[in-house]
Amino acid sequence: MNKFIVSPSPHAYTGESVPKLMYGVIIALLPALAVSVWFFGIGMIVVSSVSIASCILFEYLIQRYVMKVQPTHLDGSALLTGLLLAFCLPANIPFWMVMIGALAAVGIGKMTFGGLGNNIFNPALVGRVFLFISFPVAMTAWPEVGQWMQYTDAVTGATPLGLMKEGLAFKTVGEIMPEVPSFFHLLTGKMMGSAGEVSALALLLGMLYMMYRKIISWHIPVSILGTVLIFTGILWLANPDRFADPLFHLLTGGLMLGAIFMATDYVTSPMTGKGMIIYGVGIGVVTVLIRIFGAFPEGVQFAILIFNGFTPLINKFVKPTRFGKEVSRG
Amino acid sequence: MSLKTFSRGGVHPPEHKLSSGLTIEELPPPDVVVIPVSQHLGAPAKVLVKRGDQVLIGQLIAQSDGFVSTNIHSSVSGKVLKVDQFMDSSGYRKLAVQIEVEGDRWMEDIDRTDDLVKNTVLQTADIRKKILEAGIVGLGGATFPSHVKLMVPKGKTAEYLIINGVECEPYLTADHALMMERTDEVFAGILVLMKGLGVDKAIVGIENNKPDAIAKMKQVVQGSNVLVQGLKVKYPQGGEKQLVQALLKREVPSGGLPIDVGVVVFNVGTAFAAYEAVNKNRPLIDRVVTVTGKSVEKPSNFLVRIGTPVSYLVEKAGGVPGNTAKVINGGPMMGKAISTLDIPVVKGSSGILLIGENEARRKETQTCIRCTKCVTVCPMGMEPYLLMTLSEKSLFERMESEKVMDCIECGSCSYTCPSSRPLLDYIRLGKSEVGKIIRARKAV
Repeated sequence: MNKFIVSPSPHAYTGESVPKLMYGVIIALLPALAVSVWFFGIGMIVVSSVSIASCILFEYLIQRYVMKVQPTHLDGSALLTGLLLAFCLPANIPFWMVMIGALAAVGIGKMTFGGLGNNIFNPALVGRVFLFISFPVAMTAWPEVGQWMQYTDAVTGATPLGLMKEGLAFKTVGEIMPEVPSFFHLLTGKMMGSAGEVSALALLLGMLYMMYRKIISWHIPVSILGTVLIFTGILWLANPDRFADPLFHLLTGGLMLGAIFMATDYVTSPMTGKGMIIYGVGIGVVTVLIRIFGAFPEGVQFAILIFNGFTPLINKFVKPTRFGKEVSRG
Repeated sequence: MSLKTFSRGGVHPPEHKLSSGLTIEELPPPDVVVIPVSQHLGAPAKVLVKRGDQVLIGQLIAQSDGFVSTNIHSSVSGKVLKVDQFMDSSGYRKLAVQIEVEGDRWMEDIDRTDDLVKNTVLQTADIRKKILEAGIVGLGGATFPSHVKLMVPKGKTAEYLIINGVECEPYLTADHALMMERTDEVFAGILVLMKGLGVDKAIVGIENNKPDAIAKMKQVVQGSNVLVQGLKVKYPQGGEKQLVQALLKREVPSGGLPIDVGVVVFNVGTAFAAYEAVNKNRPLIDRVVTVTGKSVEKPSNFLVRIGTPVSYLVEKAGGVPGNTAKVINGGPMMGKAISTLDIPVVKGSSGILLIGENEARRKETQTCIRCTKCVTVCPMGMEPYLLMTLSEKSLFERMESEKVMDCIECGSCSYTCPSSRPLLDYIRLGKSEVGKIIRARKAV
């Protein structure tokens, strides 16, 4: 008589897996990676390769020799962290700094909390902020676009957000705008900035792919970008001489990269649609506050890290809408 | 216009309706049947026969024992071999009547003709009595005794009868076949249930992957108070709370029943059985069972006698494929895996699904990456990832306040989890522990 496998239902599965999701995000990042290599050449190739290799290596070493668990360095999440870290660094940053950033990202950002699924803060952003504090000069010298063969010797300049912040001390928005790249260049990414953040168009393409594959939902990117649009729009309407227009804010800095790829990190973002919207609106507001009233030209990375910290609280108190109101039955 | 469906959560597993469009094939009785006395929710029926007794087809062999219980009839004629413990689909041995088939002798008061009897002579109270006498239970799988559902509790009113023709489980086609081939009888059964319930409005919900059934049912209900509504294909639309919400936008309250929003839900198979019981005086002695699977030689919709061994059905569908590693009694989402084919078809058996080695095993459990997919797909608006963690840590009071008892065990969470986490296993464990807590509290 045949004996069959017995297990509780369900007996069917989607076939989705953690590596498939991670590689899905990586595929979504490829257009932006291509644009970045096109604009920053060999610098981006070195920085992204070193970043990815270091993240995978550190994950393996920490899991193997410190945590003494079965290493999961090839599940795609370390690769993704490495790629995202490279995306938010200048393409001319020395490779050893990238390695330190990768160690901070994987070590402090991820493994300290117990590894994938347990970390509170986005590992790539932990790495970026660690480098920003440790090496402020290297982290704010952005290579000019189009220097294919230059790496650390590339000619540097200021980002559009930097130009705006500096310029507003003694000029109006109208006087500064001719200095920043045209709308077309802001959209396609021909401007100075962190290696992977420049092309809004490529990043939006990645977002559409992730939504199509149902890797992310609309809640986080739409609420962040919408909030920035509305907040900067109000300021701009109130005083267009003092405040740049909302389109400028949407297309510059790390906003697109942050809203689409950093804030949507599964582990560090809320679990419900309502929670995601609260989180997204919060990130949008803090980003604009830092950009306009803070000391730094860009604030999206700090805003995301702050709301990563709020995520456990949001998860505890923001619940999905339950089916059916409660009744008492005898 | 976009099609109606329920609003929260849901998944869309591949449909694999291999036996769709195949006519219902009536199987002759096997040599021996085993008829369990507990094929329904509630108290097992009390056995009326003993070893050596001669029984007729349709003869009462076990009597309803309590309010939530129902009658059991012999599905064959012959000699009672044994009244003993036999294994059923739960994997446990339970009391059943084993009958050796001899001849084809029927109870004389059963109308065995194929004539359609449209007219229901019985009045409301008598319909309910007849449904109990005929042993009718919910044939969608829950097997709740139907006469109990027809008795609306004091203080509640029934406004709508809803007929569940959704068949949202992948692979299964028994209800579809019934709607296609016994359309007039199903409609007559709906009218019987409406009369038994005392309502003048009924809605039949059918998913849009059965356009032929929708068209046929629409045709037959013309000029009546019965509405046929096509629904967007989404699992678990056949869950009664989801179906009521999809059709009427009414939410059954937490801890409540459809009657709390004025609705009673029956499966199309139950409507057909009600027709046979009330208009033809024929008790529930057979049902349509889908036998299917990707490697099954001849996927089929069989009309089989209750008590027929599953092995007999599988043999008629071409035998057990060589790669079979798992056999499901029911559909892949909510069906039960059975360890052997040596169990009988019961009133709640809607299908037998044979799964190959490559799909039979679960993948290794990975860590939760908080991807929110389980929260997104939960049709009850719960947080399966959280419930699993609470269950692992034995925090059952917390699970109760997180409304774990609302879980309908549809399995959408486990189905969708990219980390292959056994979410529903742990939620079931939690439900059983919370159930104990609630009962202990009531006992004080």
